[in-house]
Amino acid sequence: MALTANAEALLRVSEVTKTFGGVAAVDGVSFSVRPGESVGLVGPNGAGKTTLFNCVCGQLRPERGTIELNGRSLNGMATFERARLGIGRTYQRVEVFSDMNVRDHLIVSVRARWRQGRLWRDLCNLSKPTADERERVDAVLDLVGLSDRADTSVSALGLGSCRLVELARALIAEPVLLMADEPSSGLDVHETRELGAVLRQVQRDQGMAMILIEHDLEMVAEVVDRTVVMNLGQVVAEGHFDTVMADPIVRSAYLGLHE
Amino acid sequence: MQHLLGFGIPGVPYGCTYALVAVGLVLTYQATGVLNFAYGAQAYLSAFVFTYLVQNQHLPVGVAFVISVVILAPAVGLILDRLLFRKIAPANVIAKLVTGISMLVGIPAVLSVLFTTSNQYNPPSILFDPNVVYFHLVGTPINGIAVTCVVATAVTLIALVVLMRWTNLGLQMRGAVESRRLIELDGVNSGRVVASAWAISGFIAGLAGVLLAPIYGQLQFSDYAALMVAAFAAAAWAVLRSLPVAVLVGILMGITVTVLQGYLPVGSIWSSAALTSLPFVVLVGALLLVPGMRTLGQDKDPLASVDPPPPPIAAAVRAPEFDRVIKILWYVLLVAFSLSMLTWMPKIWENVFNAGLAYSVVFLSITLITGMGGQLSLCQATLAGVGAFTAAQVADRLGANLLVGALVGALVAALVAVVLATASVRLRGLGLALMTIAAALVFDNAIFAQVATIRGQSINVTSSSVGFGILNPNGRAFFVLAMVVLSVCVVLVLRVRNGSIGRFLGAMRGSSTAASGIGVNLTWMHVLVFGLSGAVAGLGGTLLAINQQAVNTQTFSWSFSLVFVVVVVTTGVSTPEGAIQAGFSFVVLQQLLTYVPSRLGGNSLLVILFAFGALTYVAHPEGILEFQKRRWTMRFERLLLRNRTSSTDISGPDAGATAGDGQLARVAADSDPALDR
Amino acid sequence: MSASAAATTVGVSSGSGSGVDAPALEMVGVSAAYGPYRALFDVSFAVPAGGITALIGSNGAGKSTVSRVASGLLATSTGTVWLDGRDVTGWPAYKMARIGMAHVPEGRGVFASLTVEENLKLTFRLRGGRRTVADSLERAYEVLPLLAGRRHQRGGTLSGGEQRILSLAKVLIVPPRILVADEISLGLAPLMTDVVYDGLRRINQAGTALLIVEQQVHRVLEIAENAVVLEHGSVAYQGPSSGAMGAVEHIMGARERAEARGGDEVETGRTDEVSGSNSESDGQDNGESGT
Repeated sequence: MALTANAEALLRVSEVTKTFGGVAAVDGVSFSVRPGESVGLVGPNGAGKTTLFNCVCGQLRPERGTIELNGRSLNGMATFERARLGIGRTYQRVEVFSDMNVRDHLIVSVRARWRQGRLWRDLCNLSKPTADERERVDAVLDLVGLSDRADTSVSALGLGSCRLVELARALIAEPVLLMADEPSSGLDVHETRELGAVLRQVQRDQGMAMILIEHDLEMVAEVVDRTVVMNLGQVVAEGHFDTVMADPIVRSAYLGLHE
Repeated sequence: MQHLLGFGIPGVPYGCTYALVAVGLVLTYQATGVLNFAYGAQAYLSAFVFTYLVQNQHLPVGVAFVISVVILAPAVGLILDRLLFRKIAPANVIAKLVTGISMLVGIPAVLSVLFTTSNQYNPPSILFDPNVVYFHLVGTPINGIAVTCVVATAVTLIALVVLMRWTNLGLQMRGAVESRRLIELDGVNSGRVVASAWAISGFIAGLAGVLLAPIYGQLQFSDYAALMVAAFAAAAWAVLRSLPVAVLVGILMGITVTVLQGYLPVGSIWSSAALTSLPFVVLVGALLLVPGMRTLGQDKDPLASVDPPPPPIAAAVRAPEFDRVIKILWYVLLVAFSLSMLTWMPKIWENVFNAGLAYSVVFLSITLITGMGGQLSLCQATLAGVGAFTAAQVADRLGANLLVGALVGALVAALVAVVLATASVRLRGLGLALMTIAAALVFDNAIFAQVATIRGQSINVTSSSVGFGILNPNGRAFFVLAMVVLSVCVVLVLRVRNGSIGRFLGAMRGSSTAASGIGVNLTWMHVLVFGLSGAVAGLGGTLLAINQQAVNTQTFSWSFSLVFVVVVVTTGVSTPEGAIQAGFSFVVLQQLLTYVPSRLGGNSLLVILFAFGALTYVAHPEGILEFQKRRWTMRFERLLLRNRTSSTDISGPDAGATAGDGQLARVAADSDPALDR
Repeated sequence: MSASAAATTVGVSSGSGSGVDAPALEMVGVSAAYGPYRALFDVSFAVPAGGITALIGSNGAGKSTVSRVASGLLATSTGTVWLDGRDVTGWPAYKMARIGMAHVPEGRGVFASLTVEENLKLTFRLRGGRRTVADSLERAYEVLPLLAGRRHQRGGTLSGGEQRILSLAKVLIVPPRILVADEISLGLAPLMTDVVYDGLRRINQAGTALLIVEQQVHRVLEIAENAVVLEHGSVAYQGPSSGAMGAVEHIMGARERAEARGGDEVETGRTDEVSGSNSESDGQDNGESGT
């Protein structure tokens, strides 16, 4: 299954290249994601997966190539602008706001996304959480299973819960595309299973597109519709999980050449 | 050409000391990961002790040199390493900054308490007699100072090169510069290499200090601060990496200063401004133009991924029950205080508390920029000064009242802050702190001097009305004015803190990556919080001026900016409470110290107290005072609620405080696994 | 957290023995974390003296963490670490290096800013003592003429393969008790990988035990007698390499196994599939971020 020249593509990455000191971390990568589709992005170390994410989210500027969301080029857009267009993200090393409790994470996400933070409103004491906001927050907390910990500060939560907070924070902004970077990193087997279930549930319920970087292939198999394999900065295979994993190129990338 | 050399050559001694200090800074930064803000104090320490030993104890110059530079200076470096900097997690840039600043401020204070001799004059030169002209170079007389500087610098630099290139220790140090963890894998005790780097750079600081002393003819700490900024400038251009570049820039700066002074009209504004401002301009230039400044202070060790993330700048978590108790206490205190001030308070204490109110407003600006914005700004006193000077000038020239002046002053201060923020939008952490200190020094040296007089006389605000025809309020009138201003500011700060902006700032502090990932415009937030902080500082400055009945440049000097930070960090930087506590403790302690025999040190003691208090920041980023408050309130609550089978979850405040503390303790313990255990 | 598989391990002492039969390296009940990120849960295994053990598993499974705990770069939260029968739990890395631990970390085994000769001198000086440095250097150049021609070249200018050779040279000349090689074939062409593995064999023949952390499982299982398979921070398999080979073959069949399994089950105690990707942090991927 080659690259889809699909006019309905939600995200289209074309020939993106990013080099660091002469080495191409991402080398001419092209693929696309349809609305509502969930895609797994896998590959060995140094394959360039996180670098690619950073290019899509705007933290890195690729030297070549274009990235389009709903047909609109993202080149030159700052990260926060892309977030406001509907790209949600979770991070390989969990990035939570250590001073805040779970609820506050969600509220700040809502306000940032829809530009509701205004200084004058703050000064006139008009910035208390509205009923609408509170409802939304409760709904998302319920969705990911954090309702019992809503008022706990994240510094008191374990890593598994923090990963769920990150997810909830991304979800409440109603993203059209969720990008999850190794969400199971640092979790034990049980927590990984739980997280996978939540992801699958959420993605199907909300109907958003998702790109999932994961090294836990079992989770990938259960959660995604399509798999893209990268190695050394390039896409080496793309398609259904089982097909892709049986591909000899992929096998050698993972396991080494079998003599 | 003759002229050029003639002007340039006298600049060489300055250039040499700049170069030496720059080299020391780069060495420390590379080998230990710390940008040593206390470096100027180390230089001053050796110079002070050296001069004292020669002039007061009448020791021979050689012996004094050995004691103060060969023995004491490296020892101080080792102490700083072992007792202070080693305990700080490598990723905690703010803690390293706060510790450096505490020492920068604390060490001179300790000296003035221990050695009651005031400013010393004509410090001796170590090698060649300063009064003898040894020879002439292109017509310019070369005296002993110049020769000493050049010889000492050359010898030191050569020795350093030999050390680094040809000795085993040097090899280990060069390895440590690249990766302290990797050398451990080769069996090298990285702790010992780091200690050596501190000792060597300590020696260099001592040497530079002693070389510089005779040049100025009088031993003053402010010269050493300026020296340090010049060194930062040279080091910054070297991207804190290349020793040769640091030396080159240092020497060039020294020469350029005197050349400029030679060519510019004597006695003009530009002439005096040039000498003092050039290093700062060079520093700002480096911060803005040299790539790599943004990641200043971040650990570049490729094996650093074993480290956990740095702790938040100020753990602001407080359990709600605890918060309620504290709030009640504050209201009670407020009423008691107001009643007292309006009735029976003795005059002396009335003045003290009035000053406290004014300082509290200024400190509130630190709550904004550091507690909420998460950045260390070292120019808050300067911004206060901008507000005060503007207000006074406006009141005088436009005949307006001080209230209008204060508002204009706040606006101008906000503008200055915004300009600063915009210029430094790519800098964070260390780079930003350097930028603010450069700004503070530029204002101190070049600008405040110009606006500090009206018609040739220093500004006195007693003749301007503060509105409603009231002239020079003091006592109760001032109290009312200050309470109003402070209350308004506190309410506004609280509203921002609990509103959307406060949330966005909290997100930025927690994780700027994730904050921008959810749609927070970091640049705008950065500029906004700086602007707000500037406005509040400006208001506080005007209030201070009214309280002091004059606008003194002294009150708003850069050293006060540092002291303010140190004070607020000790009492609690993340809440308006902390700011008020800071304001009051600052003035009350000053007053209490007047009852103590002045022999014991007076104001220096105050500085020492806060400087060493700020060292607790590493363990208690919420402020040692805040920590104690929480502890005592917890105990109190537990005592009171012991018998209730309560809905009050006692583990609430416990979890809040100890989870935070536990987290921090764990982070501290987990910090550099390669450290000596 | 999870008990290891029923397979027996070779050469495991309870850790208190010393002398010839003590394993070169042993971990007992080790848990470790990077701040809030727990990486290892109750890991126990041993590398027999003079033996070769492979350490395989997916990233986040904790392979690099194991090597860092082994060499002392990372402290354990619980459990003990034994080197040659000595309890070295909590020892700083430089002390471990001095009693015979050698660790070539992933992607980094040499100092880029030091020359080849300086790189060697740094190690030889500490492992052999000042007087042996000149001798050791000579031997190194003799055995690896590749390096002799580049002795004054900076480490950073060497190719990936040459860097690995250099890092191996350090342990070839002054053999340690155990070498932990972390992803040593990463990014190397097959030919170069052959040379590297050849070097590893020679080092082993000189008496050094090897713990080889690898992604290229086929390669390492050819050379290793025993294997430890990690999954999500726990030991999923421990025993002869032949058994691990079987475990690895399941990697690609993850989907069918998931379907066969159906509901929730805890994944321990079985010879599980192993996914092959690596490294907690794509070094350069995480290095650049910011607005």
